[in-house]
Amino acid sequence: MSDTAPPVLEARGVSKYFGRVIALEDVSLSVRAGEVNCLLGDNGAGKSTLIKLLSGVYQPDSGTLLMDGQPLELASPRDALDRGIATVFQDLAVMPLMSITRNFFLGSEPTRGSGPFRRFDLAACDDIARAQMREIGIEVRDTSQLVGTLSGGERQTVAIARAEYFGARALILDEPTSALGVKEAAIVLRHVLRARSRGLAVIFITHNVQHALPIGDTFTILNHGRLAGTYRRGEVDLEQLLRLMGGGEELNELARELEELARENAGARVARTVPPPAEVPPPPAG
Amino acid sequence: MSTADAPAVPARTRRVNPLRRFLNRPEFGAVAGTILVFLVFLLLTGGKGFLEARGIAGQLQVAAQIGILGATVSLLMIAGEFDLSIGSMIGAAGLVLALCLVHFQLPVWLAVIITFAFAIGWGFLQGWIVVRTGLPSFLVTLASLFILRGGSIGATRAITNLTVVSGVNDKIAGDPFAALFNATLLSITIPGGGRADFRIEILWWIIIAGLATWVLLRTRFGNWIFGTGGSATAARNLGVPVARVKISLFMCTAASAALLATIQVMSVGSADVLRGQNKEFEAIITAVIGGTALSGGFGSALGSMFGALTLGITQLGIFFVPGFNTDWYQVVLGGLLLAAVIVNDYLRRRASEARR
Repeated sequence: MSDTAPPVLEARGVSKYFGRVIALEDVSLSVRAGEVNCLLGDNGAGKSTLIKLLSGVYQPDSGTLLMDGQPLELASPRDALDRGIATVFQDLAVMPLMSITRNFFLGSEPTRGSGPFRRFDLAACDDIARAQMREIGIEVRDTSQLVGTLSGGERQTVAIARAEYFGARALILDEPTSALGVKEAAIVLRHVLRARSRGLAVIFITHNVQHALPIGDTFTILNHGRLAGTYRRGEVDLEQLLRLMGGGEELNELARELEELARENAGARVARTVPPPAEVPPPPAG
Repeated sequence: MSTADAPAVPARTRRVNPLRRFLNRPEFGAVAGTILVFLVFLLLTGGKGFLEARGIAGQLQVAAQIGILGATVSLLMIAGEFDLSIGSMIGAAGLVLALCLVHFQLPVWLAVIITFAFAIGWGFLQGWIVVRTGLPSFLVTLASLFILRGGSIGATRAITNLTVVSGVNDKIAGDPFAALFNATLLSITIPGGGRADFRIEILWWIIIAGLATWVLLRTRFGNWIFGTGGSATAARNLGVPVARVKISLFMCTAASAALLATIQVMSVGSADVLRGQNKEFEAIITAVIGGTALSGGFGSALGSMFGALTLGITQLGIFFVPGFNTDWYQVVLGGLLLAAVIVNDYLRRRASEARR
């Protein structure tokens, strides 16, 4: 990895409008090979819009996308996949009623034979899916079992394993930990680090600063559709990030209110100061 | 050999109990249901008539006709869409064929090609409207049901002053191309008089259901069908051409209706605008009994074969039960549908529940 090489994936001054709503305005973000860029922001900050631009679901109204320093136009998600940009979308990662193998290869099915006899090579796919799942630490007894039989964290890892397998260059993860418990989130974060060490450029979207801090090389913060700052690892701490995300003020206020409440009840209980919450509570999935 | 007793199967190909695998297949309920329904009618009729050559030929003919539709309807439903227009399409395509043959005096092969082109074109238009507007296909094809039925009545009356076109037999007699649709595969003469005819639609049914099963389970397109029905947005994000999948399947259901219409017109010798009524619902029932989820994303074309067989057994079976007649067919069909939905819903939940 060299700092002189252009970023694998870059958005330069991109904007996106939906009617009169400004979803994103003049936002820049870049990620190099072997780096994790954590995209932080509160709900509605424009994180999802930005990654949909980077993964070809939307096209920017202004600004440019670049890959390896070259201008990039993505007409569709297929287009992005073909260029090695793999995205794990929030909640839409896998189909519960399809088997692990069928999920793993959906949209990128390898085939055997030619002409009318071209067929989906399920046997080979079963082996690949099983091997990939084992590599990320899930021992699958039967790859024909439905993904619905897996736990939430395991489903997310199926989606990540798939993205890693097909995404040779850049991996975009949209809130992969938001619906997970602490233990399962840790498993997912470990996979993110593994992808980084394999030289992938990773964009990791979250609103959970605690998940971002230990793994991010760069932090890009969005607030109300605009860039609120870009920082390298070590330049910011947890509280600064929270404040930049726009949630800091509200949380400080909440802490003050709770303190007051505690003081009022001081007669009944021993008063104690309420530490500022370290974590923004996750929103309901969806 | 000394290693003969050692577990020879490496971990990565660990054996899965095949019975358990089968229990989790979408068509399991349909296979069990078909056997059950068969046994019930065997008991009720004592095998009389029901299990004789003519009874079996009758069951298979009913099953084949509805099964041709059920196979393509299953695929469409797995992709998350409905086609309520196929019943009307049977009437409309039959009229197009008969008019081409009798009124416009076209050769048989050309008339058949025009009929299929009409149906497939209509299917394309229907699919295109569904994909472009994003409206529920239930409503789009419901509108299509009425447009096709009314259009066939109006157009046929305007051209011929009638709503039935007969005289097809004279046009197709001895035509080798027509034999593809009205030949008899096997004819058994019954000692007491009469014959049991096993007709060519049975072969068409097996070919179409077999092809649909192969496409669904062994091709890329089949995986796209599952993905489209599972979540169209997620599938699109993974690069699946969702619109193409849906439009192709609407073309397939319309083509299967045209095939059934061609078989009927060439077997009966006439076309009637009212033909095919309720067939759209019977095809959906066939698919649902076969294990296809109404919500899409799950199902089986092979299962639809058993669904069709169940309908065939039921329709003929009731006829031979003493004290009953085919008036009761719809009552039993409704009951079967309800039972199938409950059982298949339970099985599907069992197959997709967390287990480890």
